[in-house]
Amino acid sequence: MSEAAVKEAKKYTAKDFQSGQDVRWCPGCGDYSILAQTQRVFPDLGIEKKDIVWVSGIGCSSRFPYYMDTYGLHGIHGRAAVIASGLKMARPELSVWVATGDGDLLSIGGNHFIHVCRRNVDIKILLFNNQIYGLTKGQYSPTSEFGKITKSTPWGSIDYPFNPVALALGAECTFVARSLDRNAKHLQSMIKAAAEHTGTAFIEIYQNCNVFNDGAFFHLTEKGQKEENVVFLEHGKPLVFGANSDKGIKLDGFTPKVVNIENGEFSKNDLLVHDENKNDDVLAYILSSMTYDPNLPTPIGIFKKANKPTYDAEMNKQIQKAIEKRGEGDLDKLLHKGETWVVK
Amino acid sequence: MDNTTPTPEKKTETLNEVVIHFAGDSGDGMQLTGTQFTTSSAIAGNDLNTFPDFPAEIRAPAGTTYGVSGFQIHFGSRKIHTPGDTCDVLVAMNPAALRVNLKHLRDRGIIIANNQGFTPKNLKLAGYEKNPLEDGSLNNYQLHGVDISKLTANALEDLNLGSKIVDRCKNFFALGLMFWMYNRPIEPTLEWIKSKFKDKPELIEANTRALKAGLHYGDITEIFTTRYEIQPAKLKPGTYRNITGNAAMALGFVAASRKSGLELYLGAYPITPASDVLHELSQYKNFKVKTFQAEDEIGAITAAIGASYGGSLGITATSGPGMALKMEAVGLAVMIELPLVIADIQRGGPSTGLPTKTEQADLFQAIYGRNSEAPLCVLAAATPSDCFQMAFEASRIAIKYMTPVILLSDGYIANGAEPWLLPNADELKPIEAKFHTDPENFMPYARDEKTLARPWVIPGTPDMAHRVGGLEKEDKTGDISYDPENHQKMVNYRAEKIERIADDIPDAVVDGDKEGDLLIIGWGSTYGAITSAVERSRKKGKSVSYVHLRYINPFPKNLGEILYNFKKILVPELNKGQLLNVLRAKYLVPAIGYNKVQGLPFKAAELETKIDELLRG
Ligand code: SF4
Repeated sequence: MSEAAVKEAKKYTAKDFQSGQDVRWCPGCGDYSILAQTQRVFPDLGIEKKDIVWVSGIGCSSRFPYYMDTYGLHGIHGRAAVIASGLKMARPELSVWVATGDGDLLSIGGNHFIHVCRRNVDIKILLFNNQIYGLTKGQYSPTSEFGKITKSTPWGSIDYPFNPVALALGAECTFVARSLDRNAKHLQSMIKAAAEHTGTAFIEIYQNCNVFNDGAFFHLTEKGQKEENVVFLEHGKPLVFGANSDKGIKLDGFTPKVVNIENGEFSKNDLLVHDENKNDDVLAYILSSMTYDPNLPTPIGIFKKANKPTYDAEMNKQIQKAIEKRGEGDLDKLLHKGETWVVK
Repeated sequence: MDNTTPTPEKKTETLNEVVIHFAGDSGDGMQLTGTQFTTSSAIAGNDLNTFPDFPAEIRAPAGTTYGVSGFQIHFGSRKIHTPGDTCDVLVAMNPAALRVNLKHLRDRGIIIANNQGFTPKNLKLAGYEKNPLEDGSLNNYQLHGVDISKLTANALEDLNLGSKIVDRCKNFFALGLMFWMYNRPIEPTLEWIKSKFKDKPELIEANTRALKAGLHYGDITEIFTTRYEIQPAKLKPGTYRNITGNAAMALGFVAASRKSGLELYLGAYPITPASDVLHELSQYKNFKVKTFQAEDEIGAITAAIGASYGGSLGITATSGPGMALKMEAVGLAVMIELPLVIADIQRGGPSTGLPTKTEQADLFQAIYGRNSEAPLCVLAAATPSDCFQMAFEASRIAIKYMTPVILLSDGYIANGAEPWLLPNADELKPIEAKFHTDPENFMPYARDEKTLARPWVIPGTPDMAHRVGGLEKEDKTGDISYDPENHQKMVNYRAEKIERIADDIPDAVVDGDKEGDLLIIGWGSTYGAITSAVERSRKKGKSVSYVHLRYINPFPKNLGEILYNFKKILVPELNKGQLLNVLRAKYLVPAIGYNKVQGLPFKAAELETKIDELLRG
């Protein structure tokens, strides 16, 4: 039975996306959850399995394609986004996904990342951000915090970390979101939203590396801590957080501030209302600036969603236009173009 | 035009070949003058070869030596292989042009200088203390100072054009004069003027007048007493077109795309002297050619790999420094066994080196320049038009053997041009490209018995989803494998696959006797110079044989046999002896090198001297 027929007969299940290869991440690694959520969401995307391709670079996260029963290309360090771009340009009908890590995408692959964003190639990028180099056994990464002590920084890192969401916004990525490995529902909804977006979709996923950077995000994922430290971004809704939903984010000029909405001083009406479709990126920037601020909760959700023609579509449009204007290329005519002469 | 002056008697001499070098300021239109002369000579039936000499600076200050732009054309009634070692005629529009190019002019050669260009300011900029047109320093040449600017202005006087526009027509005066001197048809240039300025009748008139004024000037002036005739060359019948190496290469890729039915995808990053391949291909959108100007060299090649994975013919074009950046990705293409063509238009190095100058020193990089055992096919184009053939051939091999192929060219043939006997599209052999679609017993790394190529399965094929990547693959299944035996096996397979290409390429052809005292082995752009040198030596009665290699990895199967039949083997290269090393290592022959790394092509004369020396000793 062909896959198309299978699809008609029954919908895919998560199992259909399991490749059968032994998954070789460390037990307890956050990558397992990302894989599981992806496999759970993919049956609902309405995309045939044969048309899905996962591309990756190098690192723990980049093993991802081997575990998905779709087409997959495990590339070289840092290049996944541009390999995927080439593939998407060549085959715009495919659904092209990138699995990458903070070292892969932001260090060695930083150049490709910003350029794929600015071009708006219609690919989806899942950044597994664990703030550490896992596969090479524990060096600090471009998202590790200042002062981090690792094997390569015994006196503490003197690098300031990238804020990947701000970086993507700066590169004018058209879909920018953040999620958590340990929040299955949220992660699923982000993957789904990314799939539905036309254009470059970027999701930063905070992922726990329990071997080399255990607990880096526990303040955002664990009961008893996360309530005070996470604010979920929901389109059209005010930014409320706190164990008792008693706090919110209010704008003081361009500066976000935490206010109490229970003690009578402020109410929900005073709070910043999220608008993910805002045309300028000002709001998204303000929200992204909260990321490393110890006095503010970390925003999780969709920062920005914008519509803009994609590179791959434009490329193919130009080709169609050229064919309409000049007619489908005739090789003989091309060879004989320009000034020719005949020798008898 | 003053028709009252009686036309002095002029005699006509017949020559077999002539080299003219047009030189002037970047703004003087010398490239255009050169190409117009080229077209006219081609239509006159001569064989020819041309080379432009651009300044490295984009907008060098006017009048300076580094702002000189030149164009050399070598044309004749016999086969012409190179743009010429030295020139017979130097057209110099200003002192800088004279200063830079005088060393290329042969003894007693003709200088045509634009008197008005030799102003005190320009003389100073070129570093002349006295005007060389007047101080007798050029007595060794046939010097003709001509009032080119002035006569052009006179001819255009009543058109009421701005002085800038008038000045810009002076190159056509010079061209007209050269047309007169070498009896060239002016019609092609008149046609060109008409179509170029079709919305500007005043410019049609101005340029036509300047051209004709130059032509008539030759007739009426007493300065020139001789005209020259160059009979048509005996060329193979057919339709010709003048073409540069880069343009020919681009067409070769388009042809391969058409003949294989695969869409062409070029990933490229601007780099001298390869950018023209990108420029050319980006014009061919109606051939469904996709060109992607990437953010860097690595992006360029990896995007092409992505496209190949998707079922396109992925190619990338670059030069030495770009090659160095791409090599890790080339290794990936070796590992995942996808078709990919990497064109390296070599230039002087290392590092940034001499971006606008030529060299052949990337051969080691092409053959060996990757981590670990990563063999691939290496080809080299011999002449500008051969770039078409070799681009086609590189694509054919890449597709058939599921392998990256490196195609070497260089700045000399990339920018140089020669007449190209146009192939008919239907004469080109189809390239078989098939995607595997049968899921029955499908294994991504099963191999074709003959070619050892693995099946090409593209995303979108039902029931054949699989993963490929840079990690070592298990034989057949393509699963990740760190098994020692398997690794050995896969390394051997990859090597064997490239070796088997030797069964699929033409034998090396010996030009000359099959055995003897001296065999010359060349590769790449030195073809023209070596051929000329060999011809000259033979004219002197010497026995020299010549093999030109276009297939370098693997070598043609009969190469070893050929080598063993000669007492001496000479390998001239524009590097420190790279092919030489490979030949010595593989065939254990005591070949010797003739090497030059000056950013310049060989001169036939220097090779001839070397041949003499070897045959004497
Ligand atoms: S090293 Fe860290 S990121 Fe890598 S698999 Fe182990 S736990 Fe996961």
